[in-house]
Amino acid sequence: MNEFVSDFWSPWIAGVSLLSIVGCAVFLWATSIKRTSAKVDITGHVWDETLAEYNNPLPGWWTWLFYLTVVFSLVYVVLFPGLGSFKGILGWTSTSQYEGEMKEAAKTYDPIFDKYLKMDVKSVAANPEANAMGQRLFLTYCSQCHGSDAGGSRGFPNLADKDWLYGGDAEAIKASITTGRGGIMPPHGPVLGDAGVKEVANYVFSLSGRKHDASLAAAGKPKFEQVCAACHTPAGTGMQALGAPNLTDKVWLYGSTEAAVIETINKGRNGVMPAWKDFLGEAKIHLLTAYVYGLSQNK
Amino acid sequence: MEAQATYNYKVVRQFAIMTVVWGIVGMLVGVIIASQLIWPELNFETPWLTYGRLRPLHTNAVIFAFGGSGLFATSYYIVQRTCHTRLFADGLAAFTFWGWQLVILLAAITLPLGYTTSKEYAELEWPIDILITVVWVSYAIVFFGTIMKRKTSHIYVANWFFGAFIITIALLHLVNNAELPVSFLGMKSYSAYAGAQDAMIQWWYGHNAVGFFLTTAFLGMMYYFVPKQAGRPVYSYRLSVVHFWALIFTYMWAGPHHLHYTALPDWTQSLGMIFSLILLAPSWGGMINGIMTMSGAWHKLRTDPILKFLVTSLSFYGMSTFEGPMMAIKTVNALSHYTDWTVGHVHSGALGWVAMVTIGSLYYLIPRLFGRQEMYSVRLITTHFWIATIGVVLYIAALWISGVMQGLMWRAVNVDGTLTYSFAESVKMVYPFYAIRLVGGLMFLSGMLIMAYNVYKTVAGSKAVDDAVIPAQAAAHA
Repeated sequence: MNEFVSDFWSPWIAGVSLLSIVGCAVFLWATSIKRTSAKVDITGHVWDETLAEYNNPLPGWWTWLFYLTVVFSLVYVVLFPGLGSFKGILGWTSTSQYEGEMKEAAKTYDPIFDKYLKMDVKSVAANPEANAMGQRLFLTYCSQCHGSDAGGSRGFPNLADKDWLYGGDAEAIKASITTGRGGIMPPHGPVLGDAGVKEVANYVFSLSGRKHDASLAAAGKPKFEQVCAACHTPAGTGMQALGAPNLTDKVWLYGSTEAAVIETINKGRNGVMPAWKDFLGEAKIHLLTAYVYGLSQNK
Repeated sequence: MEAQATYNYKVVRQFAIMTVVWGIVGMLVGVIIASQLIWPELNFETPWLTYGRLRPLHTNAVIFAFGGSGLFATSYYIVQRTCHTRLFADGLAAFTFWGWQLVILLAAITLPLGYTTSKEYAELEWPIDILITVVWVSYAIVFFGTIMKRKTSHIYVANWFFGAFIITIALLHLVNNAELPVSFLGMKSYSAYAGAQDAMIQWWYGHNAVGFFLTTAFLGMMYYFVPKQAGRPVYSYRLSVVHFWALIFTYMWAGPHHLHYTALPDWTQSLGMIFSLILLAPSWGGMINGIMTMSGAWHKLRTDPILKFLVTSLSFYGMSTFEGPMMAIKTVNALSHYTDWTVGHVHSGALGWVAMVTIGSLYYLIPRLFGRQEMYSVRLITTHFWIATIGVVLYIAALWISGVMQGLMWRAVNVDGTLTYSFAESVKMVYPFYAIRLVGGLMFLSGMLIMAYNVYKTVAGSKAVDDAVIPAQAAAHA
């Protein structure tokens, strides 16, 4: 990578840099060369009645420390990039160091992950060693949203239960991780109006047997069938192909209070699961899939 | 003629008192956000009390309100007394006081409201930036005007440092805050720079804010109050010359060490690192000159708590200016960057050096400004000294441990290359150390409250000194 916009800048900057490093040493040498007598002499200036100055020589150890840092710096810019576009005789760059370390890591670690690729998800999930690796990957990449115990949080699904937005079989989980998901619920407030939203919310509560206002729910039923059923199905059991949640169970992704459900209907929701294909690669996703799959199997 | 015969103590007094006030405010906000790191509920779900808004309020309050007021007070006092002349332009000096207080007030309002440029230590938005520029230019006129009309032939070393500080802060402020307002009536503006250049300009500014505001200027303070309180001549004029020029020259290059292993070009990072190392000796030059000035006066340290403050501040200065270059080395930085170690490092400088040298200087200054022989209670100064020192040590020791542990935990990998610790585990680990840090911060704040009481008792019923006569024989010396 060449950061210089013209050939002029590199020698100019290199020259100024070098002059500045060497200049520090020259300046130090020039000011320390004038030896004073061993006897402490005083400059003779007095300020504010009592302020005076000795003119002791520079401490020797301090002078040498100063020179040492200058020498170190000169050696450093010969070995490493530092003087304009001069690359340094070691040929080191931060990019090459990064790439080298990544290559080295791939050589060491890839076989450890790759060996599980040949096994199907269920057998990987049953393998304690693979499970431990999967958990470590999960804690690094997934726990920020889904929690350390995969229990989820508001807006981020619980992965340890039997309720799945997009399906809980191995293929569906792997697809969720690999290409990500976008769970979009459009806002219905403008269509339904405040009263309509409240009616639909009460009807939704009736689906899971929750406490609700029966007359509001009755008024909400036709509205639900007209507006919501397309994704959530007329029975309200949801549709995994679209990631539309089941509304007849006790799981509430964005909160279970009436206010939260009304807000969901009013303003819609926009859930995003990022795609991990390029960042993690197939082998790690395979292990993660098995780990997540295994979480709900022993329940 | 009468006006020329006395020193202007009024503006010094005003800034000195406000230094104590803003010290308490700034450190209180620091204690609040340190508590929020342990108990996040303490933001009370209120936007303007959240950590993200209070943290810049804390840094601005302690650096620019507490530190800034302390520097105005001491530089105005020192420049008059070492130039043997009254401050140039009394009216302009008064304007710098009220203008600077207005800047602080506006910061205290706009930062919690969420107005920020998002540039660290330069968060204030463009209208306030303009006010800062006006106040700062006035400051420069007052300071250099006083130097121009001095009655001494030589300029005292403390004034070199204050002069460099005033010029450089003007330069840094103007360049880093080059920004384009979105509208004339709105607060929002965008930086004139983009991408890696913006980051480079920001940390050129950020590091030199430390270098010139928090180091160079406070060395100016040190060069007056240490020899005065010790009653000894400055150790070496020649060392002053060498370390002054080397310090202000090399500091300018050190900024890129804040951006190691980023999109900044490798050659820029290298220069930042090596000049940070070269900076070690020039930084230590100030410490040596201060400490060696104590030669022949060490016995006073036993009984004089003001000297205790000043000498301890120099020790912390020496320690943090050693730690800084070490942390600028890329391999060390790879461990320390983004951890609490950095926060601890800053506070060993900010509390141990900047605050302690300021506190010591104020204890010297305040009785003289209010016509007292000494502070109301010398014993309370000693109490303040110990409580503050133990507070700083607890603070930085806690963050050294938590910082190094964070760095080690983040890089620890298992045999399969996966991370040994999740991020949340490293957060959980630091809790006990955050508690110790909070105790340290609380102790330092308590010391400031003791100081406020002591200052109040000293000032109450006193007669402000406005007739400090400029000695006539001083002119003869020139």
